[in-house]
Amino acid sequence: MSGSKDEKAHRAVERVARESYGRLVAYLSVHTRDLAGAEDALSEALLKALTAWPREGVPQNPEAWLLTTARHSLIDLFRHQRVVSDKEPDFLLLTRDSVETSLETNYPDERLKLLFVCAHPAIDPAMHTPLMLQTVLGLNAERIAGSFLVSPKTMGQRLSRAKTKIRDGGIRFEVPEQNQLPQRLDAVLEAIYAAFGIGWDDMAGAEQPGRGLAEEAIWLARVLLQLMPGEAEVRGLLALMLHCEARRAARRDRHGRYVPLSEQDPKLWSLTLVEEAERHLAEAAKYGRLGRFQLEAAIQSVHAERARSGRIEWTAITRFYEQLNHISPTIGGRTGYAAAIAEASGAERGLAVLDAIDQDAVPDYQPYWAVRAHLLQRLGRSPEASDAYDRAIGLAEDPAIREFLLQRRG
Amino acid sequence: MQFALLIYESREAFASRKGEGSNSYTGAWRAYHKALVESGVFVGGDPLELPETGTTIRIKEGKRGVQDGPYADTKEQLGGFTILELPSVDAALEWAARCPAASYGAVEVRPLAPETKRRIVE
Repeated sequence: MSGSKDEKAHRAVERVARESYGRLVAYLSVHTRDLAGAEDALSEALLKALTAWPREGVPQNPEAWLLTTARHSLIDLFRHQRVVSDKEPDFLLLTRDSVETSLETNYPDERLKLLFVCAHPAIDPAMHTPLMLQTVLGLNAERIAGSFLVSPKTMGQRLSRAKTKIRDGGIRFEVPEQNQLPQRLDAVLEAIYAAFGIGWDDMAGAEQPGRGLAEEAIWLARVLLQLMPGEAEVRGLLALMLHCEARRAARRDRHGRYVPLSEQDPKLWSLTLVEEAERHLAEAAKYGRLGRFQLEAAIQSVHAERARSGRIEWTAITRFYEQLNHISPTIGGRTGYAAAIAEASGAERGLAVLDAIDQDAVPDYQPYWAVRAHLLQRLGRSPEASDAYDRAIGLAEDPAIREFLLQRRG
Repeated sequence: MQFALLIYESREAFASRKGEGSNSYTGAWRAYHKALVESGVFVGGDPLELPETGTTIRIKEGKRGVQDGPYADTKEQLGGFTILELPSVDAALEWAARCPAASYGAVEVRPLAPETKRRIVE
């Protein structure tokens, strides 16, 4: 009997940690700017919940309980540090006894400020995504480290260095002014998309327990959309990720072999996710502010169209790539353009686009070599194709893709 | 900075070495080696013969001890090493992830110790 009560309490702790972690950390740190302190206080509260809830029952408002408890440990911490009371942040002025539950349940959602802090220009761009994953979603350093190919110790140190900078470096918890918003929002979107990209590569391997990083990224984009419903690029990013996520089941065959997008069986795509992606993309278009993520989503939308039409409109894809490379030139965009133009107008032209890419950027960019190998093979230039295949195989991390390219190389 | 990638391989991986150029073990390694060389990071390295060809020597209290095979009998054994010249450990970990052994065995990344070497060599 007590076993099931324990279990119920544990599940409640897990659920509220999952759903409210970012909101609680954001609220607890918005005035102090002390993310590490807020996180510590919240973990302490979660630990207390694990012992108190099985005994006393799950409180009516678990989130409010955690907030009150976490706040108490922050107050204790401040007192312990003998901080004079007039320097105490406003939100701590409420003493232990005057905290009212009604107030706790209506606390403002400060996650938007937190997202902007995580992707602040004063913070190393490489740390934007890890910071978000930790402070907004509550992922631990070890888990983040694995995905980012960094040792857990190093990731822990980098995270705490970034948090110290946020606390002591005068980085304000605020939503940027209108004139800075596009640029600042871009950094937030980039960070979310980076998490998705890593999760996408990760899923190649064995199924991990729990949610993958790709799903976490979609969750983050949904949170952001909820907070900024009028931003076209937020919808663009969400649409892009949903289109990719829709194809999860089609990316490998029964034997775990890699299946390229143009050969995937559209019947295996998730119609629900495709439709949701299309809705966001259509809604975004209404704002008349085209951006990088909308264009990338539009490219994926053309691919998704194959489910209905049975063919890929490569000309449409090349046009979207042209616009994409105009507003946001990247080596990935150029490589994608080369692949599309090769389908639309022949391998020669695709190869010419590849040749025009800055050669300093390509030595360890795997997709460049994969596309190059494919185009050279189509042109019957076998020795060069084999060479390019070797480069692509040598740079591949995913054993399924390595095997696929080895087969193609022959 | 120079880093060593220490390659650990399973019994099955050692067994699949024998195949000719077309097999996927050899093909993947050839491609990886080519990518390292073309990217200008390769310094040196070699595969090692199978673990059972090894002999381990230890002198304890003046007595010679000789053991067939490697030092420890574990599932994965040292199968080779590569030395790379790279700007940071992050870059070394990236190359380690691309190493074929990372997906069927394990790759340990260790910085070389030039300071220690200097003290020894001087």
